[in-house]
Amino acid sequence: MFNYTLKRLAIAVPTLLLLVILSFLLMHSAPGGPFTSERPLPAQVLANIQAKYGLDDPLWKQLANYVWGVVVHFDFGPSFQYKDQSVNDIIAHGFPVTLTYGSIAFLVAVVFGTSLGVVAAIYKNSFIDYFAVGITIGAQVLPNFVMAPLLVWLFTLTLGWLPGGGWNGGQWQYLIMPVIALSTSYMASIARITRSSMLEVLNTNYIRTAQAKGLPARTIILRHALKPALLPMISYLGPAFVGMITGSVVIDMYFSTGGIGVAFVNSALNRDYAVMMGVTILVGALTIIFSLLADLLYAWVDPKIRY
Amino acid sequence: MIVANRDKIQKLAENLADMDDIKGRSLWTDARKRFLKNKAATASVVALLLIVLISFIGPFFAVWTNQQIDWDILGSAAELGAPNFVNGHYFGVDDSGRDLFSRVLQGTRISLMVGVIGAGIAVIVGTLYGATAGYVGGRTDQIMMRIVDILMSIPYMFVIILLLVVFGKSISMLFVGIGLLSWLDMSRIVRGQTLSLKNKEFVEAAQATGVSDFKIITRHIIPNLLGIVAVYATLLVPAMILTESFISFLGLGVQEPQTSWGALINQGAGTIQYGTEWQLLIPLMFFVVTLFSFFFIGDGLRDALDPKDR
Amino acid sequence: MALLDVKNLSVKFDTNDGEVTAVQNFTFSIDKGETLAIVGESGSGKSQSVYAIMGLLAKNGHATGSALFEGREILNLGTKEMNKIRANDISMIFQDAMTSLNPYLRVSTQMAEVLMQHKGVSKSEAIRQSIDMLDAVKIPEAKARIRMYPHEFSGGMRQRVMIAMALLCYPKLLIADEPTTALDVTVQAQIMQLLRDIQKEFGTAIILITHDLGVVAGSCDETLVMYGGQVMEEGDTEHLFETPTHPYTMGLLKAIPRLDQAGERLDTIRGNPPNMMNMPVGCPFTARCDFATEQCRDEKPPLIGSPHHRRACHRTVEELA
Repeated sequence: MFNYTLKRLAIAVPTLLLLVILSFLLMHSAPGGPFTSERPLPAQVLANIQAKYGLDDPLWKQLANYVWGVVVHFDFGPSFQYKDQSVNDIIAHGFPVTLTYGSIAFLVAVVFGTSLGVVAAIYKNSFIDYFAVGITIGAQVLPNFVMAPLLVWLFTLTLGWLPGGGWNGGQWQYLIMPVIALSTSYMASIARITRSSMLEVLNTNYIRTAQAKGLPARTIILRHALKPALLPMISYLGPAFVGMITGSVVIDMYFSTGGIGVAFVNSALNRDYAVMMGVTILVGALTIIFSLLADLLYAWVDPKIRY
Repeated sequence: MIVANRDKIQKLAENLADMDDIKGRSLWTDARKRFLKNKAATASVVALLLIVLISFIGPFFAVWTNQQIDWDILGSAAELGAPNFVNGHYFGVDDSGRDLFSRVLQGTRISLMVGVIGAGIAVIVGTLYGATAGYVGGRTDQIMMRIVDILMSIPYMFVIILLLVVFGKSISMLFVGIGLLSWLDMSRIVRGQTLSLKNKEFVEAAQATGVSDFKIITRHIIPNLLGIVAVYATLLVPAMILTESFISFLGLGVQEPQTSWGALINQGAGTIQYGTEWQLLIPLMFFVVTLFSFFFIGDGLRDALDPKDR
Repeated sequence: MALLDVKNLSVKFDTNDGEVTAVQNFTFSIDKGETLAIVGESGSGKSQSVYAIMGLLAKNGHATGSALFEGREILNLGTKEMNKIRANDISMIFQDAMTSLNPYLRVSTQMAEVLMQHKGVSKSEAIRQSIDMLDAVKIPEAKARIRMYPHEFSGGMRQRVMIAMALLCYPKLLIADEPTTALDVTVQAQIMQLLRDIQKEFGTAIILITHDLGVVAGSCDETLVMYGGQVMEEGDTEHLFETPTHPYTMGLLKAIPRLDQAGERLDTIRGNPPNMMNMPVGCPFTARCDFATEQCRDEKPPLIGSPHHRRACHRTVEELA
């Protein structure tokens, strides 16, 4: 297990570095810098600004400085748009919000999706199975940016039960719709993956052996079937995480929750490269760390991987 | 979305690789028969054809163009702008008084185009990459697949947006961005398939009798890859449409006066509190029906081409 | 009283293309400590018949008839009642030990749970007894190896683990479904020897299901030949092998390669097994039989004879010579 962890780390670290370097180079190949505006600045002013942000250094030095700042100090530098805010400030402001509803949505998707999938498989061709299959098919065409307006239409405009947006320190009324909008399609995918893998596991020879041993159904499901049935779900956790963190951008935009998504889209619209880069690298780092954890979890469950 | 289908497709790939065990029936004629038996899939083909047809023939019946502003309605869209056959706004008007019928048709054309071309790029790049890695094998294969592993753990939506911002928000950039970053799954599947085909007796026999690599690839490998590529391509199109809609929903994709489903859904969603539900629901309906159709067709193709599922 | 007495067992499956009959009017019995071989090609219904007895049929399958275990009807018994019999009185080992053992659980867990379930012993006691049983099936260093996962064992060792697991509760009947098919020939011989030893030591009755007549020859008292879901011939193994009286048995025996008759071309039975979807009305073997008549095609031959030898064929033994 220890060796396996080391091996996975040996992939994760370079990936992360590559991400930092690539996004840096991409930004620098952009035609027109962040200070190109409609009204050209006097050459002297421009030179001063560039000197202040270190933009007149040779490329390799800028890159080295940036990488050093990010890796050693977790410092993404100053924002190009908001003079008095650093990228770290912007991230520190939005990230807790995203993290809050994001992790709730993630838990909801995993817990409900898995349970729905397992139950649907056990009671195959029952009402609950049809319900689960129906949801999973429907959710394929209901991504977060479709769910969000539909939820607002239903719960805010028609029923008047929930506020249509805002955060308000994360009160539960403000959490419900972001969580549902973000988690639905992933819950459905997880349910579908778990259902089909559970059905497959229930058909394996080792489940037949467990039955032949006279074990009660509960033991067979919980001890013998659950672990292998969850494996495909575990390997889907990484992609689901990426999908949800991406979806959070829509949530932040539509529900005005104030997470990092807003900062990202605004920086994209304003060509605030520093913030874009910061958010992309943060998200990339989270993704890489998360898929590392998911892989370790997989290896922990599946004894064949460990050696 | 696509990821959910990945394991199923993997299984199909395995089964297709064993295909030569089952002889006597032509795969494709047999698959067509089974596909036509699948009612959801056939209905989806019809629905999809209808949508394509409407999006191209519809403009001839439109009273208003997509950029014309109906000044009589502008400002009172909620009261006067609802779908109406008398004034020629079959789907109503949008918030700026523009005809939604024309806009939805235009959005449909663009979204479908992005979907098909994006999927096309992904299929070509993914197939070439995967087939090369699988056929060459050894160290090359390991390095190539490690690169795919690394790229896979990058949140690609952010990268596409980065690309769009850096190189300008044009449709062609959108194609390239989406297509170039979506071939990863494809390459993995094709590689796996190629790898198992390479070890099949008929390829070994061809190698033993001195057939050139090029001929082996074109005669034996590619034809046997077609099935899995076809299935995956049909599932890639809706994935591409979803990606494009997502970006356009954020206002970072297709720019005015052009539009797409994502942009239309975004506009409809933004005005929903003013009682103009049709602005959301009509584009949404096109979006939903198309996605459903592609998913059902993909599922139908997969079942039809899976020789083990007879 | 026979240990297990099966009468008129039929197994049918509902499929999308209609009902499939896998086993038809299967009748046999086995006594305490006896060994019975059920021989047949794949698809002959030999496995499905014992699955039916164990209550392990797939969901779309159903069994009719009767199976008396020590005088008690166990066919179609509820799962709860059946669970008391499984592993306790009747246990089963399967063809492919690799896939029949749970790859995600340690051998210790998989063995101990049997004893904890049926004997109500503590976990440590269950593991102690499991180690003893692994010793009994000659697994070296059982104490250490019980902590391992199935994939860390070789094929033969895995089948030994399966056997040890099946014997934990000292069942009266052990059903072995093609226990040696997936193994190398040398390992096959070791496993068969092990089964013989176990029988001697524990007095367990064994039903051995196989398609390999070579495996049967040395180890079984009685042999039962199945074809197309029906019994073709049944009798004392030695007698049956020396003087087969059914065209199918004769064909099977001729198809065994023999080292002492080098150079000769191996006989095979022409044709393929019947389609289970539409079984012939008469004898299922008609289409492949060299002696078939009109009667064979239209009328099912009854299984008749003495208690120690029964056959289902319209043609007399003399006619087949």
